[in-house]
Amino acid sequence: MAMTAVAKRPLSGRLGFRLESLAVLLLLGMVMAWLSPYFLSVSNFLNILLATATIGVLGIGASFVIGAAGLDLSLGSVLGLAGVVGASLVVELELPWFVGLLGCLAAGTAAGLVNGLLVTRARLPAFIVTLGMLGIARGLALVIADGKTIYGLDPTLVYIGQGRPFGIPFPVIVFVGVALFTHYILAYTRFGRHTLAIGDNEAAARAMGIHVERHKLALYALSGLTAGIAGLLFMARVNAGDPTAGLTYELTAITAAIIGGTNLFGGRASILGTFIGALIMGVLQNGLNLLAVQSFYQQMAIGAVLIFAVWLDQTARRRREA
Amino acid sequence: MSLLEIRGISKRFGSIEALREVSFAVEAGEVMAVVGDNGAGKSTLMKVITGVYRPDGGEIRFRGEPITGLEPGDIRRRGIEMIYQDLALAPQQDVPSNIFLGREPVRRVLGLFPVIDRKTIDREAHAMLHKLGARIPDIYAEVGTLSGGQQQSVAIARALTFDPKLVIMDEPTAALAVREVEHVLDLIRELKRQGIAVILISHRLTDVFAVSDRIVTLRQGRVISEEVTARTDMQRIVAHIVGAA
Ligand SMILES: Nc1ncnc2c1ncn2[C@@H]1O[C@H](COP(=O)(O)OP(=O)(O)O)[C@@H](O)[C@H]1O
Ligand SMILES: [Mg+2]
Repeated sequence: MAMTAVAKRPLSGRLGFRLESLAVLLLLGMVMAWLSPYFLSVSNFLNILLATATIGVLGIGASFVIGAAGLDLSLGSVLGLAGVVGASLVVELELPWFVGLLGCLAAGTAAGLVNGLLVTRARLPAFIVTLGMLGIARGLALVIADGKTIYGLDPTLVYIGQGRPFGIPFPVIVFVGVALFTHYILAYTRFGRHTLAIGDNEAAARAMGIHVERHKLALYALSGLTAGIAGLLFMARVNAGDPTAGLTYELTAITAAIIGGTNLFGGRASILGTFIGALIMGVLQNGLNLLAVQSFYQQMAIGAVLIFAVWLDQTARRRREA
Repeated sequence: MSLLEIRGISKRFGSIEALREVSFAVEAGEVMAVVGDNGAGKSTLMKVITGVYRPDGGEIRFRGEPITGLEPGDIRRRGIEMIYQDLALAPQQDVPSNIFLGREPVRRVLGLFPVIDRKTIDREAHAMLHKLGARIPDIYAEVGTLSGGQQQSVAIARALTFDPKLVIMDEPTAALAVREVEHVLDLIRELKRQGIAVILISHRLTDVFAVSDRIVTLRQGRVISEEVTARTDMQRIVAHIVGAA
């Protein structure tokens, strides 16, 4: 038998995401453009990206954790905690802006580390640990802020949320930067490959020499860090540390990850996919806003999209396996 | 000095004594069969060797050095590979990713960013499968979508890609058709010819007698007998397995 040439990787494999989600995004965009004359404009696109940035960054954290067959329900609460920590450092302790910035990131990462330690050391289910953290982080944010919103940030911090270098909202630059870097990590490095292998078959990953516990700890810390970044963006955008910030954001973030092609049970995830998933959520919300649909209904729409996306994925999988 | 020395290994799972003071040795380039009834402790013993389980007592030496309690990755790097009974594959990853799982070669982009060297992985995975005569039409398919025999080939290719000195095979022919079984037996003979030691776990005694040099029998976590294949017969081994002798 002659040695045949190595076949080329298929395009979807090289890009690392499924083209269906892109098709859904374009289709949704077309529908919105048809429904609303305001949809198709550069300023509206920037608005969508700006509105998507916070959720998108959270969705990235969700993708890593869910890709490894874990779960982080505390994302929204940790976002709120991070913002309050950052704001109280600069407003109440009158520390410089970068201490506030680092405070946001550190608070998020610390909460993630606690999640990770409880999952890997105490061997508790991620669902319970992060559900508990959802309550703890929110409560702690309220305690630190004394139940009130902390106003009056340093202008440099406000620039992170409201500045527009070259006309592009600063949070959009952060979102795109975080997405590109984490896409590189997940799709091209051993860390990313091992993340998905753990989600796919944890025992196999361990047997092949991957340090599964250490890796999971890093993933929860990373997830916390994304919540810290999202908390920073939120705080800077509203120019305040709001202890109720990010309420139910985990719902939207997890939905973005799932409709971007992340397998709810682990083993498959892509940051480009999640980026598109977050944009789908953003376009949906933007479109519903333009159509003047009440925000209560938007919550319902997001929940329905999550259930529908998982249903689609499950049916497709069942058909493939049949 | 033997290639692998197992001395007094014990392992408990709660109240179950899966291994009780197990001792034997494997010489370089020999095929050692390990047989025993279901639940005798064969898989557990192998997972203790590869570092997946930590033994409660005893010592394992490989090429003279103690390897007891090392991490699976360290043990692989020292030259022990195992084909697990359940294959230990990641079903949603493609074939090259599975073959190189945990040992991905890395190159640097712009001299800075480490990335997995996919070209090398794809090329070497392809070459190894070709060498094994495995027929896998699309190596970029998710491994979970391949047939049982094809998945077995992937697991075997993974075990052989890193120049092992000892290959452990846990029921490698359980999922295979007759022709494929012959292929695996040929492969074991070929490894032996190259001086690579093999531990073969199989409940198919015809296979065991076809390729092994020695046969260790486990029963209820104990070594019951250790025989030279050429100087025993199937009836004796069956008697050891079921405990009739
Ligand atoms: N992870 C585990 N947890 C608890 N009991 C186990 C585990 N693995 C194996 N055992 C038990 O240890 C004994 C030996 O199992 P095993 O090594 O799989 O046997 P074999 O491979 O010879 O069929 C059995 O009683 C089995 O139920
Ligand atoms: Mg077994």
